Amino acid sequence: MLIPQGQLAPDFRLHIGNGSLDNKPENFTDLAAFKGKNLILAFYPADWSDVCGSQLALYNELLDVFAQYDAVLVGISVDGAFCHKAFKEHNNLKMLLLCDFEPKGAMSKQYGAYNETLGVCERAIYVIDKSGYVQYSYVSPMGVNPGAKEILETLKKIN
Amino acid sequence: MNFSNEYPLSASVNAQDHLQGSPNAQITLVEYGDYQCPYCGQAYPIVKKMQEAFGDKLCFVFRNFPLSQIHEHAFAAAEAAEVADDYGKFWEMHDTLYEHQRHLDLPHLMQYAQDLGIDAQEFVEKLRNNEKAQRVKTDFMSGVESGVNGTPSFYINNYKYDGPWDYNSLHKVIEAILAH
Repeated sequence: MLIPQGQLAPDFRLHIGNGSLDNKPENFTDLAAFKGKNLILAFYPADWSDVCGSQLALYNELLDVFAQYDAVLVGISVDGAFCHKAFKEHNNLKMLLLCDFEPKGAMSKQYGAYNETLGVCERAIYVIDKSGYVQYSYVSPMGVNPGAKEILETLKKIN
Repeated sequence: MNFSNEYPLSASVNAQDHLQGSPNAQITLVEYGDYQCPYCGQAYPIVKKMQEAFGDKLCFVFRNFPLSQIHEHAFAAAEAAEVADDYGKFWEMHDTLYEHQRHLDLPHLMQYAQDLGIDAQEFVEKLRNNEKAQRVKTDFMSGVESGVNGTPSFYINNYKYDGPWDYNSLHKVIEAILAH
């Protein structure tokens, strides 16, 4: 089950999908790193799938708009650092892609966004406010790109 | 019939829109499209055939939704069609762009403008000054607010249509609405 609106978002620490296997702190990020910003988490099933590609391509166009609402978007899947890197470069994606790779799906499970049968993230969206509270959570059917309407509506409401 | 009631158009069809047909037609088909998107390229002749099939019962509206980070010429192409509108040539440019999707760089855009009888120098100036950028962005955001999640996205009589848009499917859906 997704974490409902009003609850504190659980902490996480994930490897940034930048194609580096160095165990350096700068190759990891956590919830605290986004404190003071509104944070949009876009869980998605897999790099290279059609729907994921077009969903992230849409968010990629909207990063400036999100920034106007003091918000940052990150993408999360169970893909590894090199897969993310190649996917990012191929699609010219500007947002961070995080690897929920080891232990596989650990963060997604915490956020109720893991599909045990398929072993991938659900297509789930969270908007977390500057104080770390969940303001919006939604899971879309695997094959349906949820767009950005509700994300924007939530950001307008909380700003 | 694959309509999404959650997603009506945030901006109804209005005087700012580019439309072919009467605003009072029984069917209004709105497309959010990207001139460099291959799927939009596939949809282009289908929409044309739909217009032929339904004649004055159908009004077609095109709104810009360029995914400029993956399609490097999409935004400029959208601006080019909007500039052409200043010369009463929006639809001519729209068609030209979809018929030449692989050649949308600036020299080609200039050539298309010239072929349509638009002063190339003036045209380039307007592009360089980004005169139509705001217009394109406004279209884009109206799409986001209407739940556009990729291109092409179609709205039929104000609601997002999420079904298949091959000729037979789309034809069937419109026929069914007309029969109501």
